[in-house]
Amino acid sequence: MIAAFQRRFGPALQTAFAIVIAPWQSQKGRLLVALVAIATGVALGYAVQLVNRAAVGELAQAIRFLAGEADLVVRGPRGGMDESLFPRLARMPGVAVASAMLEREVRPSGQTERLRVVAVDVFQAARIQPLLFPETADTMDVLREDTVFLSRAAAEWLGLRAGDSLALEAGRRDLRLRVAGIADAGDLRQRIALIDIAAAQKHFDAIGLITRVDIRLQPGADAARFLEALQRELPPGVYAESPDAAVRGAADPSRAYRVNLNVLALFALFTGGLLVFSTQALSVTRRRSQLALARVLGLSRRGLVRLIVAEGAAIGAAGALAGLAAGYLLAKALLVFVGADLGAGHFRGLEAALAPEPLAMVAYFSLGVAAAVLGSLIPALEAGRMQPAQALKPGDEQRVFERLRPAWPGLLLIAAGLALSQLGPVAGLPLPGYAAIAMLLFGTLALLPRFAAFALDRLPVPASSALQLALAQLRGAPGQATVSLAAVVAAVSLMVSMAIMVTSFRASLETWLDRVLPAELYLRTSAAGDTHGLSPDEQSRIAALPGVRRVEFLRSQQLLLDPQRPHVSLIGRELDPQQPHRDLPLVSESILPAHGKPPPIWASEIAAAIYGFDPGAEIEVPIAGRDVRFTVAGIWRDYARQNGALLIDRSLYVALTGDDNASDAGLWLAPGTDPGTLAAALRDALPGAQRIEIAQTAEIRRLSLGMFDRTFAVTYALEGVALLIALFGLSASIGGLVLARRREFGVLRHLGMTRKQIGAMLVAEGALLSGIGLAAGIALGWIVSLILIHVVNPQSFHWSMELHVPWLALGVFVAAVFALSTLTALVSGRQAMSAEAVRAVREDW
Amino acid sequence: MREELKTLGRWIAMALLAPLPLLADPQSPVSFPAVQPESVLAFPRDHGAHPQYRTEWWYATGWLRDAQGNDFGFQVTFFRSRPGVQEDNPSAFAPRQLIFAHVAISDARKARLHHDQRAARAVFELAGAREGDTDVWLDDWSLRREGDDYVASIAGRELQLSLRMRPTQPVLLQGENGFSRKGPGGGQASYYYSRPQLAVSGSITLDGTVIDVSGAAWLDHEWASEVLAEEAQGWDWIGLNLDDGGALMAFRIRRPDGSVYWASGAYRDAAGQLTVFGPAQISFEALRHWHSPRTGAAYPVAMRVRAGARTIELIPMFDDQEIDARASTGTVYWEGAVTARLEGKIVGRGYLELTGYFTRPPI
Repeated sequence: MIAAFQRRFGPALQTAFAIVIAPWQSQKGRLLVALVAIATGVALGYAVQLVNRAAVGELAQAIRFLAGEADLVVRGPRGGMDESLFPRLARMPGVAVASAMLEREVRPSGQTERLRVVAVDVFQAARIQPLLFPETADTMDVLREDTVFLSRAAAEWLGLRAGDSLALEAGRRDLRLRVAGIADAGDLRQRIALIDIAAAQKHFDAIGLITRVDIRLQPGADAARFLEALQRELPPGVYAESPDAAVRGAADPSRAYRVNLNVLALFALFTGGLLVFSTQALSVTRRRSQLALARVLGLSRRGLVRLIVAEGAAIGAAGALAGLAAGYLLAKALLVFVGADLGAGHFRGLEAALAPEPLAMVAYFSLGVAAAVLGSLIPALEAGRMQPAQALKPGDEQRVFERLRPAWPGLLLIAAGLALSQLGPVAGLPLPGYAAIAMLLFGTLALLPRFAAFALDRLPVPASSALQLALAQLRGAPGQATVSLAAVVAAVSLMVSMAIMVTSFRASLETWLDRVLPAELYLRTSAAGDTHGLSPDEQSRIAALPGVRRVEFLRSQQLLLDPQRPHVSLIGRELDPQQPHRDLPLVSESILPAHGKPPPIWASEIAAAIYGFDPGAEIEVPIAGRDVRFTVAGIWRDYARQNGALLIDRSLYVALTGDDNASDAGLWLAPGTDPGTLAAALRDALPGAQRIEIAQTAEIRRLSLGMFDRTFAVTYALEGVALLIALFGLSASIGGLVLARRREFGVLRHLGMTRKQIGAMLVAEGALLSGIGLAAGIALGWIVSLILIHVVNPQSFHWSMELHVPWLALGVFVAAVFALSTLTALVSGRQAMSAEAVRAVREDW
Repeated sequence: MREELKTLGRWIAMALLAPLPLLADPQSPVSFPAVQPESVLAFPRDHGAHPQYRTEWWYATGWLRDAQGNDFGFQVTFFRSRPGVQEDNPSAFAPRQLIFAHVAISDARKARLHHDQRAARAVFELAGAREGDTDVWLDDWSLRREGDDYVASIAGRELQLSLRMRPTQPVLLQGENGFSRKGPGGGQASYYYSRPQLAVSGSITLDGTVIDVSGAAWLDHEWASEVLAEEAQGWDWIGLNLDDGGALMAFRIRRPDGSVYWASGAYRDAAGQLTVFGPAQISFEALRHWHSPRTGAAYPVAMRVRAGARTIELIPMFDDQEIDARASTGTVYWEGAVTARLEGKIVGRGYLELTGYFTRPPI
């Protein structure tokens, strides 16, 4: 870079450049912080992008592979639809191949994760996806009841080879299958087990059920007209779509999550840009005489601007390159340790492959450079504007910051931000909310000098001369002080807002867990809910066990309300319609349907937001192949089912579905009953008891909160990064400020101030500065957290939460930042004083 | 498409190699009925399916001619198989019975063979073989008896075929009144009857062109539970409609060394006089071998066949009627239209099947 400049401007200017560049040598530390900030932003954004691409790409690829040459995929409730649909579809004119499937998620014995089992009729499936089945020595194996074919990924996961035995937990029975072959088709990277559809119907208690029909049309068939005819053939709750649409629907649920993380990464990048800005602004100030000298020596105004911008670009480029490398490593680590979904639980059983994504690479590199260039632009223009003659005089530094003074742009930005926060989502994403956060941030930063001056003017004049000097110094140069604080304010606000948001979420989750887990002991037959569950006979046996005071049963299934979206849970649960708030964490008014109106249904916040179910509205829900009308009796909070849930009274559920089994039970114990003893009695009373999960409420709470913490592991990491940046930034700013005033210290010493007094003055300045920064940062962070809680989260995830402030954590954070900044001022001051000659001071801290 | 064939083909391969115990599960606890020598075939009942037996096929072959005098050979085969698995599974998808179908047309104009195949389990009435009378189908492919006529309807990807085959002669019971031995022991045998001299009319569609055709066909119906001996390598089979109204069937089963394990045949003259031949009275002698450029297999595509006192020479419609199913089924055989000649003069037309010349068919 420097060499290029030298070539361009000729050797005559070499001296000028040397003068300008040289002071950078003494600012390695500050440069490093700016670089790290940029690298962090780039790394986070790039990593999130990489991981998400890997996961979404993998999922899409898996769906496409299974769909093979299918033109249409017909899907319905996750538990299955009546198989009689299959021959009707197969006979429709225009159909070349119809392939029925039964899909289940089954846990291999001894594993915690589930294995996706896809059951097909080999003859039909082979005509849709010929690569599905591997060659086998014994062709009969594809028709046998006790054989399974594993994908390569599944076989490696389970450590099985052809001929081995695979034990699966089919409901409460153990199922042993012989691995007849490993499906090694090039594109099949998903963990999948293939078995015969008849065998699966028998093993999984799903006689008469299929979950999917893939259709290939005859060549030349009119797809649009066929689809029209097909829609008439499909019962309610069953939809036909192209495999590509299925890919979009499958990838969609993670979109809001991905955008959230990306925006947080950009926040870090922005902080990095601000750090570059403050570093450059300070360095331009401090190099003012050098720059002026360079101008005098023949460097043009444009040349000077270019030089300073190029410095910023160089910092940005170095940071961005480091960020890309770190991002790739981070993505790799995330895939290995957290999973392809960054802990969000969207993608299961995927073996994601990481690709460097050249486009994302270029994009994030450019963002990193752009942040640094933009950060350097204002100082560069300012430096270009100076009159060399005037700038060579001492005491001119303050001019640099005068341009930041007017208040109206800041107020305008804040007003715009507040207005934006009131808008709804765009394309399902809380983009106006993000824009609002950005506006508020910019606005606050623009107003920071005003705010500082305002705050400092209202401080009483202290008795100590050192403190008086400190106050006077800051009052005299609020612009300079606040510029150095900009990055701190941004980082603090990010940290505070994220902390408040996550704490609010976690506290709301805890409250919610208390509400939804009123019983003392919980029993669950299958997490997937696809299996038979507890028969009525077993239910009465449980109720009759000694020590059981009360028992409540629950049954659920997963319905498809919109083929573009994931399945929605329909829950049948005992519930008092008169007092639903006793059993449900309602967040809306409770509306009891009038006489003659459809029966009540309670929608979770997510279901209500996605499908527009308002309290009092009458809606149709496809249950057991027909549309059933309900009155929305209320909206309840549900953090457990990210794709939405609907709840109806259990007796109604049984009447509508004919399914009187139960998948879950909540038990209240008689006084003096030991939960462990009762759990043992439950296992004795039920066949296949080792397959039944029995857990005490405290344990479920612990597991749920643990899951929450894992989900927010990335957010916690971001908070840590924000904190680091804030502290680094503050140290850099204060250190810079102290060192920029070498002459002043000299004068003060001449005037008779002791080192100690100057030290006290610096500590006071540091405390005042960090106090202002913290106050502004916390205020901004608070507002941003409100936007995150009340705008961004509901719009991204469709769930609400109450505001909870982590007072203690914030207090510790504030104290730490405050102490550290004061300490930095002191240490910088000591350094400044320790040298015999003030001018010998090194700028590093 | 090629890959699709591969999977399907693995199944068809077995089905095609006719006198094999199709897709039998050796560990199957299912017991299959044995073929008994004293049984009496009854019609139309025995035109229909016999689902208790392990395997069964309806096999129509013949020569067709269009208005311009171009010759075509055709073959339509439906196989039924009882694999003996999941028979007690209450699922409607349980593969208790499987249906395979194969169709081929030999186009003499271009010396080119077109063929297509399908497989399905007999569920939801989407495929099946009915008892009582000939009615076997797989999606929109079917072979049925309508009145006395056989009607074959095939809508393949490359070719279509719609033929009505009218019997002009009574049923020809092969072997001992329909009990056809496939080896010296009592175990290997099938129930087997033929319908020679079927008068064909209808159309075939090749490359999108519909061609009206007429001609003569031969239909075999055979069912069994155990057919081929362990030591068998392959077989040669002919079914010929003679121009004088006679019909000749002959087959031999070869050991790996080429020696004859078993042979049999039958000749019925135009007047209906039937002569059944034992192993000693049947011989096949290769006149010319055709070497397949694809597989390297050498097929005796021209043969001298002796059945009792009668000797004829077989000349193929064209040499390359090999079904090279390595890319799909993994097996290779020759199945083609031939003319029967006596002293160089054409005396009849029919089909020759040559298996086991590339590899032993997998069991």
